[in-house]
Amino acid sequence: MDSLILAARGLTFRYPGAATNAVEGVDFDLKAGELVAVLGPNGSGKTTLLRLLLGVLTPDRGTVTIQDREASQWDRRSLARLVGVVVQREEPAFPLRAGQAVALGRYPHLSPFASPGPADRRAVDSALARADVAGLVDRWVATLSGGEWQRVRIARALAQEPRALALDEATANLDLRHEMETFELLAELTTREGLGVLLVTHHVNLAARYADRIVVLDRGRVVSSGRPSEALTQQVMERVFQWPVTMTQWAGAPQMVPLKNVERGNR
Amino acid sequence: MKNWLVLGTVAVAALVLGVAVGPSGIGTGEALRALTGRGDPSAVAIVRDLRLPRALLAFLVGGSLAAAGASLQAVVRNPLADPFLLGISGGAGLGAVLAIAFHLGGAWALPASAFIGAVIAVAMVYRLAIVAGSAVDGRILLLAGVVVGAFTASIMGAVLSVSPAPELRNAMLWLMGGFGNASWQSLAVFAAYAVLPLGMLYAASRSLDLLSLGDEPARFLGADTERVRRTLYLVASMLTAAAVAVSGIIGFVGLVVPHAVRMRLGHLHLVLLPAAFLAGGSLLVVADAVARMAFAPVELPVGVVTALVGVPVFTVLVRRWTR
Repeated sequence: MDSLILAARGLTFRYPGAATNAVEGVDFDLKAGELVAVLGPNGSGKTTLLRLLLGVLTPDRGTVTIQDREASQWDRRSLARLVGVVVQREEPAFPLRAGQAVALGRYPHLSPFASPGPADRRAVDSALARADVAGLVDRWVATLSGGEWQRVRIARALAQEPRALALDEATANLDLRHEMETFELLAELTTREGLGVLLVTHHVNLAARYADRIVVLDRGRVVSSGRPSEALTQQVMERVFQWPVTMTQWAGAPQMVPLKNVERGNR
Repeated sequence: MKNWLVLGTVAVAALVLGVAVGPSGIGTGEALRALTGRGDPSAVAIVRDLRLPRALLAFLVGGSLAAAGASLQAVVRNPLADPFLLGISGGAGLGAVLAIAFHLGGAWALPASAFIGAVIAVAMVYRLAIVAGSAVDGRILLLAGVVVGAFTASIMGAVLSVSPAPELRNAMLWLMGGFGNASWQSLAVFAAYAVLPLGMLYAASRSLDLLSLGDEPARFLGADTERVRRTLYLVASMLTAAAVAVSGIIGFVGLVVPHAVRMRLGHLHLVLLPAAFLAGGSLLVVADAVARMAFAPVELPVGVVTALVGVPVFTVLVRRWTR
């Protein structure tokens, strides 16, 4: 089986009525067993890129191939068995228990009336355990903290038994322990289970330590990409985030320290 | 399992009640004997040709309204959605009032024009939502429904205010809903019509579960959201239109019944839809029995009964919901 899960070439997209392209000329690859982080300031096109890659938006120019098939050729159900997605915001219209929410991850595998079988229950149990939410199954999702709800949704994506995961700022609401545990989980899924993980995040320093590759977006274009040590340079970070930073190292990974105004002079 | 036993028992009991009571002075035991063809021939005729089809039609209509309401709530992602808020009843009412005002004859002219009116209203609501920006945004659909409802209400008011008194009374009675014209024929027509939409709603149960999460998550869990939403919106609307066409405007069943069932049995549609169907059917059969008996031999419009029950129940439900 080809290890390339997602491949995009020359993606360009403009929202109807917008003055500029949201994404312009973007190439992107995601292979099995690698963790790719997409970084960039607010409005740089990260979420749009994700939607293009997952066939929700159709590019004006360029192509997206998902496992050797054009993205538009995939029906949503088959794609849901291949890629699990955790979107930025999600609010169920009706009360739901966390366990029920995770069980929805089996829907792409179930026919309209079939009851979940032993394989489905195993997948759900394993997903609950791996995302550390087994203790939450009887809670109403409305009563969960932001972080707990994020992890429940990660569990649901895992219950889909996908070959790739895509997460849009999935660690944004997490406290330190759960944020680290999520990054550890994602790293483990890539190395042990060979999943491809695409992570849109604002956490430059954690991305630098966990990601195999980094893609930096600015105003819809890829301004830097490659291994963290290549992609994350002071020059790139200062230009993209428009704030003075200094770069240091931790265990071989670049780490970014944004500077206070009083520190700017003695750089 | 226990819940289904309760719902099934309630449904059977409601149907027995619907057959057993009536203004003609036939006792319960006599009515049940007449059901099997024994006893006084006139009692047999009343029970078999009037009460039985009437109770069954009320059950089917109540069940359809409740199932349609439950589905529409998921489709527009709004727990307060209801077939009537979406403008369907307004269109049906206008169609019926026009038929009455223009003296369109025949037993089928009124339901047919009510149905056509409802379908036009549904199309207008959908079109308006598209013009307003999005037919997939439940709030916009609801607003469009309210606007179309207000529009049809004003035309209805205009037509009624220039109508002579007998037509006015007929139209008002019809608008308030009732099963006075139920027959085996109307039952057969409605049943034949409702089977397919009800089956389609039930088959889409899992898609409805996903739609309740919101469009983006639903899509990534395998639902073809736009197609499913469009299909289900139209199917649920047509089901409501058919219900309105045979029995006039009966409010609150599509709103209150799904809510009550949701609180007891949760929000997964493989359970919710059939449970709402049974509960809605039972409720409407009982409401119809009350409508016949409260001021017998004069009949109340059943829509009055459902509103009298529905408003306080709805108030209680909303308070719990928003607590």
